[in-house]
Amino acid sequence: MLLSLLTFLPLVGALLVAVLPTRGNAALRAVTLGVTLVVAALGVWVFLGFEGASAEAQYVESHAWFTLGNIQVTYRLGVDGLSILLVALTAVLMPFVAAASSGHIHTRQREFLVWLLVMETGMMGVFLALDVMLFYFFWEVSLVPLYFILGIWGAEKRIYATLKFFLYTLSGSLLMLVAIIAAVYGSGHSDIAGITDWAASQPLARTGWLFAGFAIAFAIKVPLIPFHTWLADAHTQAPTAGSVILAGVLLKMGTYGLLRFGIAMFPAAAISAAPLFLALGAVGILYGAFLAMAQTDVKRLIACSSVSHLGFVVMGMFALTAAGLRGGVLQMINHGLSTGLLFLLFGAIYERRHSRDIAQFGGLAACVPIFAFFWTFSMLASVGLPGLNGFVGEWLILLGTFQASPLIAALAVTGVIFGAVYLLKATRGLLFGPVIHEENRSMPDLRLAEIAVVAPLCLACLWIGVAPGGLLNKTTGSVEALVQRLDAARGTLQSAMLDDVERPR
Amino acid sequence: MESNWLWLIPGLPFMGSVICGALHFLTLRARERNPEAKGPAALAGPIAAGLVGLAFVLTTVAFSAIRGEDRTLLQSAPWNWIPVDGHTVAGVAMVVDRLSAAMGLVVTGVGFLIHVYATGYMHGDRGYAKFFAYLNLFVAMMLVLILSSSIVGTFVGWEGVGLCSYLLIGFWYDKQDGWPAEAGQKAFIMNRIGDASFLLGMFLLFKNFGAFDYASINAAAEATHAAGASTGQLALAAALLFGGACGKSAQLPLFTWLPDAMAGPTPVSALIHAATMVTSGIYLIIRLNPLYALAPQVMYGVAVVGALTAFIAGSSALVQRDLKGVLAYSTVSQLGYMFLALGSGAWVAALFHVITHAFFKALLFLGAGSVIHGMHEEQDMHKMGGLRRYMPRTFITFLAGAGALSGLPLLSGFFSKDEILGHTFALGGTWYLLWLVGVGTAALTAYYTWRMVALTFFGPERFDAKALHPHESPAVMTLPLVVLALLAVAGGLLGLPHIFHVPHLLHHWLEPVTHAGDAIRFGEHAPHLAAGTEWMLLGFGALIALYFADRGFHAHKSGLAADEAFQARGGALARTLNNAWGIDRFYTRGVVATVKLAAVFIAVVIDQLGIDGAVNALGRGARRTGESLRRFADGSIAGYGLWMGAGAAVLVLVLTWMGV
Repeated sequence: MLLSLLTFLPLVGALLVAVLPTRGNAALRAVTLGVTLVVAALGVWVFLGFEGASAEAQYVESHAWFTLGNIQVTYRLGVDGLSILLVALTAVLMPFVAAASSGHIHTRQREFLVWLLVMETGMMGVFLALDVMLFYFFWEVSLVPLYFILGIWGAEKRIYATLKFFLYTLSGSLLMLVAIIAAVYGSGHSDIAGITDWAASQPLARTGWLFAGFAIAFAIKVPLIPFHTWLADAHTQAPTAGSVILAGVLLKMGTYGLLRFGIAMFPAAAISAAPLFLALGAVGILYGAFLAMAQTDVKRLIACSSVSHLGFVVMGMFALTAAGLRGGVLQMINHGLSTGLLFLLFGAIYERRHSRDIAQFGGLAACVPIFAFFWTFSMLASVGLPGLNGFVGEWLILLGTFQASPLIAALAVTGVIFGAVYLLKATRGLLFGPVIHEENRSMPDLRLAEIAVVAPLCLACLWIGVAPGGLLNKTTGSVEALVQRLDAARGTLQSAMLDDVERPR
Repeated sequence: MESNWLWLIPGLPFMGSVICGALHFLTLRARERNPEAKGPAALAGPIAAGLVGLAFVLTTVAFSAIRGEDRTLLQSAPWNWIPVDGHTVAGVAMVVDRLSAAMGLVVTGVGFLIHVYATGYMHGDRGYAKFFAYLNLFVAMMLVLILSSSIVGTFVGWEGVGLCSYLLIGFWYDKQDGWPAEAGQKAFIMNRIGDASFLLGMFLLFKNFGAFDYASINAAAEATHAAGASTGQLALAAALLFGGACGKSAQLPLFTWLPDAMAGPTPVSALIHAATMVTSGIYLIIRLNPLYALAPQVMYGVAVVGALTAFIAGSSALVQRDLKGVLAYSTVSQLGYMFLALGSGAWVAALFHVITHAFFKALLFLGAGSVIHGMHEEQDMHKMGGLRRYMPRTFITFLAGAGALSGLPLLSGFFSKDEILGHTFALGGTWYLLWLVGVGTAALTAYYTWRMVALTFFGPERFDAKALHPHESPAVMTLPLVVLALLAVAGGLLGLPHIFHVPHLLHHWLEPVTHAGDAIRFGEHAPHLAAGTEWMLLGFGALIALYFADRGFHAHKSGLAADEAFQARGGALARTLNNAWGIDRFYTRGVVATVKLAAVFIAVVIDQLGIDGAVNALGRGARRTGESLRRFADGSIAGYGLWMGAGAAVLVLVLTWMGV
């Protein structure tokens, strides 16, 4: 019941906000904030009660839903070590997004809040669903709100960005649907565990195709190069709240999907494809970093940095080692926090100056010192300074990758350098140097309400950086079970190659 | 027995940093109401200095606890930082052993003096409290670097000091069109290049030894040696870690950030870019001496890099006009000596030079700061001259520092430098060549040091004394100078040559740390110089120092004639030295420009025109197809049904083909 509450409470809230008979927006905002806060409390409750050493799904709820032929589709929710951190992140991040949105959403607030809450339901469902059909349902549900948020409250080129986002995502969804249908009919199961068991006995020739279908769909969402070009436009055009959710949670649906439906469901195929994904991850790290270096639009720069950071996540997961997988899972959270912070902070500046062009700034450290402090802090979290969250994730990922392929790790480690280059460059452009534009001098510093949003997130970055065990230990059981299954699959693959005997179909 | 109070040693300055940061923001709030309000910022200086002083006291306590033979280290409970997987944890404990105690005393001791000095130097600065927040954070991070039981902990400090360096170099970020901010950025990025190498070295060590803590790594290195196992990967790991050291300790090819780092306030240059942070690389190699001893080829590389860096930087110091510029290149050069020592297997000599250098170079930088302060922010020596009359205390103490740096007999630098060169000489063979480079650099050092003294304090005044009013600095600044001057003069007592028939204190002290490396590198037969040879080398070193100091001083004591003559007739040589051998220019014009070009190429050509262009073309194509397909959407239900059926059939075909 707990997980259903976690998933559908936001939807109830959305309905409430939609019908609440009030003219003012304050009550609507209060309801939204209240609902997200309750969900956050529930999420934390689930997180604290979660047994990290166990590999089993916990808090499981299972009800028959409908049948497809003789296949039973179930409403099955549960949380395990691969999803627990993302569930907690989603739950905890949303109140901040809701609170921050009051600063920059001035039109059609009721609609905006409704979409925000619907989106939370979709995202929660994606991370909690243990049945592929249910997963697909939530996956699609989560797309619609962003479509509207981008299209209605976006910046000047929002229609182009929205269309691009929609077409990209739709192509991915269709591909995934084909893969899901194939997997469900092939296995006769709709629940993830059933398909996984079935896949273990199938030849690589078959699971390979299924893996590819899922993997490409999720790669678009992550996005992995070369499917990344929708991201920069979407991020740049989205209102701050949209950018934060996009970076904070939505992109993680892609990396989570790769982990759950790519690696965990089809371990043998993942092992065969790992070199490709390692390379794509590493190249993505550098490609994203170089893209970011060339940007003059601050939001676009942060968006490109996401491509780079998510390259780290994908690389770590496809290292297929315990360190890499743990690092990958943790880095999803880290990226959500630090990139979310950068978007929130720049959003505050954008509200004041209505420009994203870095040349319009400079010397802000003297004008808005509190902003400067929080920006520098968040930038350092993103750069991966030890003691803050980003380092722990990157370090584990690089270590795990090094164990799998020292050469790829050596390539990727240069991302540590280039990551510093573009973020320091942005910081230099915003904060340092003399004040060039007089209007910046009178810019008001962060208000208390804004500080109340960013300060707790910064504290979270610090907490994860200093004591990451609290999060990492939640993943131990699931990751170890996964590594064992990968080892088993590796053994099967090798013996298959050694035998080279025609297997009975 | 665990000594958890050791966490207080970095903990106190860290607390200071938080307090000073809070004071800064309180001051800002006070200024919002009244721009001229003082706020509580003035408290920051005494608090910061006091806490570093307290850390010094604690370090002294730890130091005295490990003096005996029975107990040579104290260790705290570990912080279980990163659980790598279900079994391994990358943890950090605080350890005070013979090496970290010595380094810790230098960091907290010299650090304390510089904090005291800075309370005077930074007086009246609008970022006074912020400055001490950064400076205290630096000391805390430096102590984490030194006291960590594991290489992961050292890396935390390693990057932490890099951060503070970045923040402090760019402290006056709005001056000179933002150049200090650029310099800070450059330092951070060049350090990161080294850090990337450091990370790979750390991973490779973990792959081989399965451990991050120094005790296990060093024990495993000894075991590898004892078993006679292959050392190829270990040598690579050592080389990669040395790459990290090259970044932090400003060695070839990564040294060019250090001269630019002089954009920071002078106490920062003294503390971070002379006395402590830049010696981290030397510390790391001494800490891992058994590992390096396993890889003689890497050690040779370390020595070559050190000697070349010493020479290139030393020669560049000859022509600098900026007072701090001379000291910056001099620092790079002296760090080169330390790496030459490490490469020669002279771990103790390297640490000896770290310590004496901390004394005399901190002294020289603070002296230079006093001069700059008294000259109202003038740094160009060509606009100084004759200052000994205006700032006698600064002058006298500066002489002590200059004497030590140039290796004048019996001063601290004389002994530490002599010990390094003696070790290199004793190895024979191609090491004679490196020794020669070292001696040549000693000559350069003596020359540029006394040129600096002559241009600054002697000769005619090349400024308008009536307008400028040069003045001596307040006591809070000159007192630290006096203490450091005493140390710079007497520091040699720590390691007198054994031909003096007195114990080499430092050698004895470090024995528990370095004996493993010595045993692996040299076995039973450490190279040894005959007493006669050693006397000869000592005398030769003294002569070189005295002769070139004399030349440097007399050529410049009466004005700029020698400088101008060299610039006019020096030709290519002058140009090369002015540009520090063109290495920095190569980076800016070659590397940085290439990276920028690549970024634009990737962003515009590959991404926008290539990938995104293809996507948009696909979109246009789809729209055209959609338009032509419109006639199929004729509104008849039968038609839709037909297409739906066809679609389903295709889907079924695909699935069948996939063998589902």
